[in-house]
Amino acid sequence: MRQLQMPGIYRIAFKLLVNDRTKFAALLVGITFAVFLMIEMTSLFAGILSRASATVINIGASIWVMDPSVQTVANTIPVPDYVLDEVRSIPGVKYAVPLYSGAALLKLHDGTYQAANVIGLDDSSLFGRPQLISGHIENIFAENAFIAVDDSEFYKLKGANIGAQFELNDHRGVIVGTARVISSGLFGVPTLYTTYYRAMQYIPNSRFTISYVLVEPKKPADVAAIKRQVAAAGYLALTKDEFIRKISAFYKYQTGIGTNMLIMTLISFIIGLSISGQTFYTFILENIEKFGALKAIGAKGSELVSMILFQATFVSLTGYGLGVGLCSLVIWLARLYLPDYAAMVTYTNLGLAFIMVVVIASISSYFGVRKVLTIEPFDIFRG
Amino acid sequence: MSSTAISAAGLNKWFGEGEARTHAVKDLSFEARFGEMLYVVGPSGSGKTTMLSMISGILRPNSGSVRVEDTDIWSISDDRLAQFRLHKIGFVFQDYHLFPRLTTAENVAIPLILQQRPWDQALTEAAHDLEIVGLKGRADLPPVKLSGGEQQRVAIARAIVGRPDVLILDEPTASLDGDTGRNIVQFVREHILSEQRCIIIVTHDSRIYEFADRIMKMEDGRLTGFDRGELDAQ
Ligand SMILES: Nc1ncnc2c1ncn2[C@@H]1O[C@H](COP(=O)(O)OP(=O)(O)OP(=O)(O)O)[C@@H](O)[C@H]1O
Ligand SMILES: [Mg+2]
Repeated sequence: MRQLQMPGIYRIAFKLLVNDRTKFAALLVGITFAVFLMIEMTSLFAGILSRASATVINIGASIWVMDPSVQTVANTIPVPDYVLDEVRSIPGVKYAVPLYSGAALLKLHDGTYQAANVIGLDDSSLFGRPQLISGHIENIFAENAFIAVDDSEFYKLKGANIGAQFELNDHRGVIVGTARVISSGLFGVPTLYTTYYRAMQYIPNSRFTISYVLVEPKKPADVAAIKRQVAAAGYLALTKDEFIRKISAFYKYQTGIGTNMLIMTLISFIIGLSISGQTFYTFILENIEKFGALKAIGAKGSELVSMILFQATFVSLTGYGLGVGLCSLVIWLARLYLPDYAAMVTYTNLGLAFIMVVVIASISSYFGVRKVLTIEPFDIFRG
Repeated sequence: MSSTAISAAGLNKWFGEGEARTHAVKDLSFEARFGEMLYVVGPSGSGKTTMLSMISGILRPNSGSVRVEDTDIWSISDDRLAQFRLHKIGFVFQDYHLFPRLTTAENVAIPLILQQRPWDQALTEAAHDLEIVGLKGRADLPPVKLSGGEQQRVAIARAIVGRPDVLILDEPTASLDGDTGRNIVQFVREHILSEQRCIIIVTHDSRIYEFADRIMKMEDGRLTGFDRGELDAQ
């Protein structure tokens, strides 16, 4: 039983901290708020980044061949058909298929218009097909057939169940199935899958038609050679992860989103640091004579330091927990009302916020520790 | 156990440098014995607190040595000195220095907790010592709910809870009214002083002189002599 007990000095430190209700509350509010802001900001950003790569994630091909100027998967630059043949002829390529990805305007059964993302899968392999919730995949070859993705945008198709009809550029379209995908898109439009050929026929295109050539290597070691060969032909081959990173980099550095979220995270860090650091330091200052008295009585410097570190750690971890909890709650509430709310709490975000909390706690306790170590019991004794 | 509790030899302490240098304690030697209540008196600035701090191990002298029992306290490491103070010396500070956010009993228990006694045991002993100083039933109150004299008793309880051999009190009656101050010192004399303990009190308060065994006089950093019993106020 005895070894389970918290050492007495920590219990004292805990009571000194918690019994000072106002300061304890201020400390918690400061850290909770900072953690909340940091995680909320970075989660929102992570959500946006992940959705920006939705097509890449959902199709899941190992290698994507594209025009070198492509910055994000949504802004496709068509490549000529011969690129497909050229890629197929590269040794190390197990197979290569075309993918169509483009925007289309739908006229729904009630006469309203709705923008949609249309993905055309290679007719012979249907490579990258989604997992169906209803219907059969062969029906994608039926006349005018489309498969609707049942994600957070699905409702915008106003009841796109099997048999539902719509118009796409004066062509009739009919839903033959619904599907599930890993990631929803960023742009708030529903997604339809069809075959590559039907996409060609229904959607007006430039001279070139292939959006991406999807490649599967024979073995992972072939990837480097494939990339080199594609580059020699004047095109760009990226692995799935490289493509996702490229898209992320685009949103981080080529748009205002990255800078803004960096600024917001920094602000929340500074707010947290100033509220909590200030309060903690005042708390130490207020107790400084008592710490001096403890020193005179016979507390070692290391014991006083560990008391302060204990207090800082306790406040930070509690504030961190509350911040994470608050953030999850807010995201959950937001999802309740906005199904497409694109926030994603990743381990990186949690880790980042944790590091910041540790930095805040370290800076705060550093000043507290310094103060406590310099205090001379003699000065306390003299009064 | 030798009857000499503390022996100080050739203590010197100065503060500051050059023009601003103050020689606060000058070549001071004396002994304090077990079983006695030794007073230190002298005008303000005569070096009483400085001397007290050096013999109790919280202020390092510039020269000279201090033995408490068999330990040459200024020759041991800081951590060992802290341990030494914790186990051998009890302090009563002029402004009490009690933690307002802890209960009275928790305040008193602090030396035991620093000695790594189990929490419950420390608090039981603290409550017991609060009874000794006449504060039965106040264990769970915060110190601010107590009067000045009661807070001083809490400070005394904290000083004695570790059963130190030497008890140091710097102006224990300064912030108390005359009767309360007298009562407290009388109480210390009757209940805390023992053959195994040495009590040193610095004071300006002539109303408590009657409780002293010896009165040591200081002036301008020097020991100027001893007196017993009554002494006219300065
Ligand atoms: N930390 C310090 N820095 C500079 N001078 C100091 C310091 N501590 C004490 N002194 C000086 O040393 C001298 C002795 O001070 P000390 O506090 O020991 O006097 P005292 O006899 O206790 O006085 P009082 O009765 O007012 O408490 C004084 O002149 C004081 O100004
Ligand atoms: Mg003094």
